[in-house]
Amino acid sequence: MFTDETLEAVGAESSWRKTQQFEYDSRGCQTLPLEMAESGVQARHRSDCGTQTDPGVHPADSPSLVNEDVSDLPGLQEFLQRVEDTVVRELAKNARSHAFDGFQVNWEERDQTVSCVHRLQYREAQERGLHVTCLSWNCTGSVIACSFGRVDDGDWSTEKAFVCTWNLQRRGLDPGRPDVVIDASAAVMSLAFHPTRPSLIAGGLYSGEVVVWDSSRSQDPLLAQTGMSEDTHRDPVYQVRWLPVGRRAEQVVLSAGTGGRVLLWNLGEDGRLKLSDGYALLCQQVPHSGTLSKARSSGCVGVTSLTLSPWDPDVFLVGSEGGLVLKCSFSAPTPAAMATTATSEGEGVTLRAPARFSFTPRCGPVHTLHCSPFHRNLFLSGGTDGLAHLHSLLQPDPLLSLRVCDAYIFSLRWSPTSSACAGPHTSGTVLIFDLGRRSLRQVATIDQTTGGRPAYCLEFNPQQTDLLATGNADGSVSIWHLSTELTEQGSREVAQLEQLANELAE
Amino acid sequence: MSEVEETLKRIQTHKGVIGTIVANAEGIPIRTTLDNSTTVQYAGLLHQLTMKARSTVRDIDPQNDLTFLRIRSKKHEIMVAPEKEYLLIVIQNPSE
Repeated sequence: MFTDETLEAVGAESSWRKTQQFEYDSRGCQTLPLEMAESGVQARHRSDCGTQTDPGVHPADSPSLVNEDVSDLPGLQEFLQRVEDTVVRELAKNARSHAFDGFQVNWEERDQTVSCVHRLQYREAQERGLHVTCLSWNCTGSVIACSFGRVDDGDWSTEKAFVCTWNLQRRGLDPGRPDVVIDASAAVMSLAFHPTRPSLIAGGLYSGEVVVWDSSRSQDPLLAQTGMSEDTHRDPVYQVRWLPVGRRAEQVVLSAGTGGRVLLWNLGEDGRLKLSDGYALLCQQVPHSGTLSKARSSGCVGVTSLTLSPWDPDVFLVGSEGGLVLKCSFSAPTPAAMATTATSEGEGVTLRAPARFSFTPRCGPVHTLHCSPFHRNLFLSGGTDGLAHLHSLLQPDPLLSLRVCDAYIFSLRWSPTSSACAGPHTSGTVLIFDLGRRSLRQVATIDQTTGGRPAYCLEFNPQQTDLLATGNADGSVSIWHLSTELTEQGSREVAQLEQLANELAE
Repeated sequence: MSEVEETLKRIQTHKGVIGTIVANAEGIPIRTTLDNSTTVQYAGLLHQLTMKARSTVRDIDPQNDLTFLRIRSKKHEIMVAPEKEYLLIVIQNPSE
């Protein structure tokens, strides 16, 4: 069943070579050669040209206008010859004549009376029994601002207070309703209008804050404040001032308080006052005048009053709670003997010790200081002893003592026009002294009907110099119109002050 | 130096004299010792005043005429010597 079978061989031709033998075909392709060309260009001629105008020659300034040779004008010589004798005679007569000596014409009707023009009140402040603590006229002299607070209360309180402004030029002025009422978070102890921008007011609060308000913004008058940061005052701010600083005379806010610091604040963009410079008054760094030999105590000199010199931008005077009166310098290099304060951004501002000279101390807080606008060395100080002292910057002892009253003096001011000075006292009476006359008695007394309550502050209007404002303990502000006699500068008043300053200093 | 200059110089050297101005009949200054803007102002204003004073004098009495004008002020004494063609103005500080 099984047989051999021979199977035919089956061949499979190898084809691997063949399959790989593709047909090759070569083709060539080339782009045409790129033609490139380079070329450069440059301007070789430059030309500079400058132009400037020369200062214009005003026709009236040219000297050739009048003084030509005039000898050829007809008749001039004869004319001059004719009139020369008369003129020369009159000139000689005039030089010898005393006919007009001491003669003064009264063109204007002289105002003999001192009258109360306005009595400004804010009912809410009066109902709460707040005092007027500070007054300030704005730079145009038309707006008066007053701050409310308490002078007799030493307690820390969170009682709200106000700043009110009245525009006295406004028609339909209502003395019982301020034009602007700004709410403050604490009693406002000091106030100062910006010297050029009429709506800016800087204020110092009892809580130690320094605030700048813009009274033209009715919705939110708060422009900038220090906030409660490390480097601000921690004690009541008793003085604020605007101070031109640097070459561009930018106005910065100066504040001083019982914490013994005098700080300068830049008005920042972001509604904050940024500390730019600071001074600290420490007892051990106060130069002591010869008469003072008390034991040196440590601690701060609490600033209660401050005045800037209108003559020397570097000088300021400080009066303290302890009765010290110090002459200080803004450019003092000595650092204060205390730790550096740090601003909120971490930049340190080294407090410096500004005191240069110490005057004979008073017994009791120095409530007021004011530099004379007429003599560079004279200033007034007043305090709790009822004496107004006239000082010279050059010597420690006062030149003159005026008895203003038997009680406290809160404010003394030089009149901006004459050598008179004014001071209110505890019964609310304002006394005006004429220092040019050397008289120790007042030349005028302004009796206020404040029911025997004191006037705390006093400010002459810088523009209308016959206006005087007083701020009273009963929360009212009186605007007084002074008589011509009190506001007019006599012919020799400045010379008399000069004499007073020199003679007594010897 | 012309005689005109000499005359003016003589007046100028007198005690207290601040300035001398010669103006013509229209009030235009032709010779001065002051600066020009002051001169123009003085000459113009005093010329007007002198003319007014002259007409006042003549209105009161037509036979009369203005010969000399003196103005006393707080600071100065101003003298005006008028004539038909010219005006001589001298400013003096008598208290000097």
